[in-house]
Amino acid sequence: MLETGPDVTIYSFRLYVAGNTERSQTAEVNLRFLCEAHLSGMYEVEVIDAVERPELAEEGRILATPTVVRLTPPPQRRVIGDLSDHGRAAIALGLPAADASPSEGQ
Amino acid sequence: MTDSNAIGRIPTGIDGFDHIALGGLPAGRSTLVSGTTGSGKTLFAVEFLSRGITRYNEPGVFVTFEETATDIRRNSASLGFPIQLWEDEGKWAFVEASGSISEDTPAVGAYDFGALVARIEHAVRQTGACRVALDSLNAISTRFTDIAVVRRELFRVASALKALGVTSVLTAERPEEYDGVTRYGVEPFVLDNVIILRNVLRQGRRTRTVEIVKFRGAPHRTGEWLFTIDPRGGIVVVPLAFLTPSDHASLARVSSGIPELDEMCGGGFYRDAIVLMTGPPGTGKTLASLRFTAAGVEAGERCLLCTFDGTPGQLFRSAAGWGLDLKAMRASGLLRVMSGYAEVMSPEDHFLRLRHAIEEFAPGRLVVDTLSALERVAAPRTLLDFVIALGAVLRQNEITTLLTGTPAGRVSSANAPLITSDIAGLSDVWIQLRYVESPAEIRRAIAVLQARGSAHDHSIRALTIDGSGMHIGEPLSGVPHVSTGPVDPEIARGASESEETEGPAR
Repeated sequence: MLETGPDVTIYSFRLYVAGNTERSQTAEVNLRFLCEAHLSGMYEVEVIDAVERPELAEEGRILATPTVVRLTPPPQRRVIGDLSDHGRAAIALGLPAADASPSEGQ
Repeated sequence: MTDSNAIGRIPTGIDGFDHIALGGLPAGRSTLVSGTTGSGKTLFAVEFLSRGITRYNEPGVFVTFEETATDIRRNSASLGFPIQLWEDEGKWAFVEASGSISEDTPAVGAYDFGALVARIEHAVRQTGACRVALDSLNAISTRFTDIAVVRRELFRVASALKALGVTSVLTAERPEEYDGVTRYGVEPFVLDNVIILRNVLRQGRRTRTVEIVKFRGAPHRTGEWLFTIDPRGGIVVVPLAFLTPSDHASLARVSSGIPELDEMCGGGFYRDAIVLMTGPPGTGKTLASLRFTAAGVEAGERCLLCTFDGTPGQLFRSAAGWGLDLKAMRASGLLRVMSGYAEVMSPEDHFLRLRHAIEEFAPGRLVVDTLSALERVAAPRTLLDFVIALGAVLRQNEITTLLTGTPAGRVSSANAPLITSDIAGLSDVWIQLRYVESPAEIRRAIAVLQARGSAHDHSIRALTIDGSGMHIGEPLSGVPHVSTGPVDPEIARGASESEETEGPAR
């Protein structure tokens, strides 16, 4: 677990994939890359494989994979796809502007 | 399931459908059921699974993209499908995909329906499902706007279903009747088997039909088949143009209620006979129907008397005029009278109502007086379908039946007599009542044009009606001219046609 101060926002993501495929790997790599760039390590990513844990996919009502769900901070956001377009993905997930490119993001 | 030329069938259990599908849906495959809004697609999908559970003990998985599981449970309960109970018993599982992703879920990069496939596979394994329904594909098409992806992914879903070995029904919405199969024209290319449900206005009436467009590599009946939705039992396809061949024919004879007519028919009607009696108004059809009914009641048989014209009161009054007490017959429990104007419902619903009454009352005799009243609400073809469907029920139950009709119909359209001859072709006995002109008077006459399996009287006999009823006299050999109405040449043609078609019609 991350050590956080009281006023630091932790971004928590759940990534649903289906099987250990190239697309699954691409999605996870892209998500982690975005998190590193925009959230400076203040994030959690949980990967759920719908093939291994179909009941969790059922519970989350997941149809398409990959799907990323931003659990915190509220409001919840969902994005489908492998996040290969980093700019659009960051906006869709509501990430704060990256350190390297302050003009991007919210 | 292999791809050999012998494709197995899974009976849907939907009333009448398996007849037109020649056994059911192709086993282990996906079938697309397409139709406009309100055409009965969801019901078809729900029934496919429900009948699987109740009739064949085959569990099912319902994948819903549109309605919520709660809605489907509630709507199905009124049809007598206890889905919640089946879920508790592990025979039914929902994969709820409705509203799971809000309309504005953005897509960034490539994706597929891997999670959906995984969920379906999971539900199928858990329940041991043999049947899967997906309702409806359009909800996916509207949610995921990339048509190429949708098409590819539907193919993925169909392949997964095939790999699971389940038989599935996938519904899809089409924007208009008679214009393409589905909204995007995508699904038919994905699936080998396509059924279309229609709900159209024909001659001012809502008509539901089902058509099997293709079953790849498997035979099926073609054309549009009428169906109706029974609020108590779901879809009922009116089985047209085929009759269940009866292995045995009854040799027992029953009385028509008119001794001379019994004689003309070689000793009465066979118990399983369908008798058609045609004649212009005033020739005695209703009287003959009442005599036929009374003879049944006297013999201790239950009789169902169905009239599409007028009220029971009028019928009881005219019966009393002939000395027949219908009220007493009804009080004895042997007579049930169904009446009402033909216009109150569609021919399919008339059929359904009649079939319910037959199942409930189990009559030995049925009278329909008169079929011609239905012509007011039905196209000629529909009327014929009504008789065919009814015939299937009657033969199965060995019900002696008298159908009456006015040969030319109310409207003297050119095809009405043709329909009469078609109906005659489906009947075992055809009795014609007519007027005969002699130089000084017009008299009534009766002839038996056809009586299958019997040596019958070929003469035209005088018919008189007086206060004591109907009397059949001597052959009218001295009469030079039999009244030649516009129907006569057709009837002559119809009679010969019906002999030719006797084989296949039975």
